Amino acid sequence: MTAKTATTLNDDTKAVTSYRTPRKGARILLEALVHEGVDTIFGYPGGAVLPIYDELARMPDQFRHILARHEQGAVHMAEGYAKATARVGVVLVTSGPGATNAVTGIANAFMDSTPLVVITGQVPRKMIGTDAFQEVDTVGITRPCTKYNYLVREVSELAEIVHEAFHLAGSGRPGPVVIDIPKDVTAELASLDSMGKSVRLPGYQPNKRATTEQVERAIQRILEAERPILYVGGGVIHANAADELLRLAEALEIPVTPTLMGLGCFPSGHPLSLGMLGMHGTYWANMAISEADLIIAIGVRFDDRVTGALDKFAPHAEIIHVDIDESSLSKNVRAHLPIRGDAKSVMHQMLTSLKGGYSPPLSVSSGVESAETNTKAVTRYCTPRRQWWQQIDEWKEFAPLSYENSNEVIKPQFLCQELHRLTNGEAIIATDVGQHQMWLAQFYGFKGPRQSITSGGLGAMGFGFPAALGAQLAFPDRQVIAFVGDGGFQMTAQELSTAVQYQTNTKIIVMNNNYLGMVRQWQEIFYEGTYSAVGMDGAPDFVKLAQAYGAIGLRASKPQELTQVLKEGLSMNGVVVMDIVVSAEENVYPMIPPGAGLKEIVLR
Amino acid sequence: MRHTLSILVENRFGELARIVGLFSARGYNIESLTVAETLEPEISRVTLVTTGDDRTIDQIVKQLNKQIRVLSVTDLSAQDHVEREMVLVHVNAAGETRQSVLNLVEIFRAKVIGVSQTTLTIEATGERSKVDALLRLLCAFGIQEMVRAGTVAIARPPVEVNHQTPVRELVDAKG
Repeated sequence: MTAKTATTLNDDTKAVTSYRTPRKGARILLEALVHEGVDTIFGYPGGAVLPIYDELARMPDQFRHILARHEQGAVHMAEGYAKATARVGVVLVTSGPGATNAVTGIANAFMDSTPLVVITGQVPRKMIGTDAFQEVDTVGITRPCTKYNYLVREVSELAEIVHEAFHLAGSGRPGPVVIDIPKDVTAELASLDSMGKSVRLPGYQPNKRATTEQVERAIQRILEAERPILYVGGGVIHANAADELLRLAEALEIPVTPTLMGLGCFPSGHPLSLGMLGMHGTYWANMAISEADLIIAIGVRFDDRVTGALDKFAPHAEIIHVDIDESSLSKNVRAHLPIRGDAKSVMHQMLTSLKGGYSPPLSVSSGVESAETNTKAVTRYCTPRRQWWQQIDEWKEFAPLSYENSNEVIKPQFLCQELHRLTNGEAIIATDVGQHQMWLAQFYGFKGPRQSITSGGLGAMGFGFPAALGAQLAFPDRQVIAFVGDGGFQMTAQELSTAVQYQTNTKIIVMNNNYLGMVRQWQEIFYEGTYSAVGMDGAPDFVKLAQAYGAIGLRASKPQELTQVLKEGLSMNGVVVMDIVVSAEENVYPMIPPGAGLKEIVLR
Repeated sequence: MRHTLSILVENRFGELARIVGLFSARGYNIESLTVAETLEPEISRVTLVTTGDDRTIDQIVKQLNKQIRVLSVTDLSAQDHVEREMVLVHVNAAGETRQSVLNLVEIFRAKVIGVSQTTLTIEATGERSKVDALLRLLCAFGIQEMVRAGTVAIARPPVEVNHQTPVRELVDAKG
């Protein structure tokens, strides 16, 4: 068709005509991504994805491709991006080692319900099953750690699969979806009838609402309860339901304890906030859930790090459990009132039902106080649950979060508090797993949702820095910090190269105790202090490492230097690594020993 | 307790692996498994026998329902249903023992589907206990080879008591 005839067609016809023009599978894939609103791809090229990368180079206006330095980093970046933005993160890697390197990231996203679409190259169809160069059974390997996965067998199904994959990744309980595409499929020419518009998934009903009866029963039980508690998690954040939670908690004046994945879904300085519960949660949150007569669990999964020994968990409580995933209901702890539904819509239904027949007490100030001044709200004592609040305050006074500060060495807890003070609790912070993660959870005080990005379920070291980088690439102007240990940082430190290449402002705070700290703590407490393979001697000089990558390196080893280094590092342009040398053998407390009940909490 | 689950799943590449993988990954037991197309070729029926306490079975059903391509999961053990197994056996039957084997075949309403100088090949269907009993008795003669299929099961259709309906039709409806 000549250009002249094309201009005479109306827009609709033009679109159809352009779809019908044969183009390569790779082009169809990228157009399908544009159709889903994708503009950022984290990836790493290789043989099986050459046709895709070739087309990608021709579409610079549509896509920003971020070249990671390892496929694991690419997936963690996409997860940080997705967690910060509530969009689906997109990854593109090659077959074989590209896919296997991505598996840790995919498993992490699966455990923490992060929406990702991971596109993996595959050897040409004819070579599948021949142990070809860089061939692995990607669909087989990723089956148990994806929400769903596809092997594209015909180019004609590609556009539809991409559309379905985005629908699956982002709806219901979100999760990663892998699309494995043989190289010859991306090179083959095909025309399209249209871009994917509808999905045909008769067995998938992601959006369930609570019934009116369930909502009314829940409200009635909440109003009757003497010692209720809201136990809330990542599901509230995925559902973008922080506002509903705040209104519900305030209307009913119920204490709120978030899980690690729920940090920020309720403002940590709020008078109703008890702080995190679980293995390293606050004493009063753990006591409150143990003594509660009603637990309203929303978007949580009763993980073992939260419940401790199941037979000792919340013996007096009736449990209302709201979750979008039916299989989470009564999985670990039997729910008396299981409600399958999205956290936002169910809380909205509850609030609507409340408006009908219940006037909330007017006593709680909705103002958010800072973490340090989170003391008892005197006004609470006007409510019928006066005794419950009195009890919680007594627990809080008995065992507040505390540590012994020092003039000699930087205490990690002090570092977290300083970080809170200097960023006003408003930074996006990504962590690895371990001591630093727990101290940050205890002492940072996240103000809002999507600020805390952490590896919760899988507990993957090396997650924090690339995840922070992904969040930073989504929000170039926000303060984004990777808060990592010296062990975890060394697992993905090569992404410094990526951070520098794309001229980000990512800040990396290395809480350096020269140990694999949490493992060391367990060896100290549970293995008679036999330290086995936990010393990180031989670690690089992180300041010089940063400089070698063209980033800025700063160090603080004395408490007197800390504030200055943090201030300077956080305010500088560019990538800054702050090596913060902290007291080496500090332990995280409180601590519930594994297998113990929550009330067997060890304070010191 | 033993539960027979009837699962309808979209008949697509890899879906059976997903179901089986779910059982192995979560440590659930598969006692028997039968898969075949339904009258609609794009849908398969998986009949799966598993064991577990009520909570485990509840989790298994929920995990199966969570599978994207699974259309329905029915715990047949919770309702009136019929189960059948099938077995094929080469059993020693030379000389005077042959008549004894044939007697058993008749008692169990089994079928002889093959014969050699020294053996009979027997096909039997029935409830698991019947198949077990037949095999126990045949063991006495010496079983050369035995192939047993997984359980198939079907819910009994609800029989509506309608005095207008002639008994003959009710019987026909039940097959």
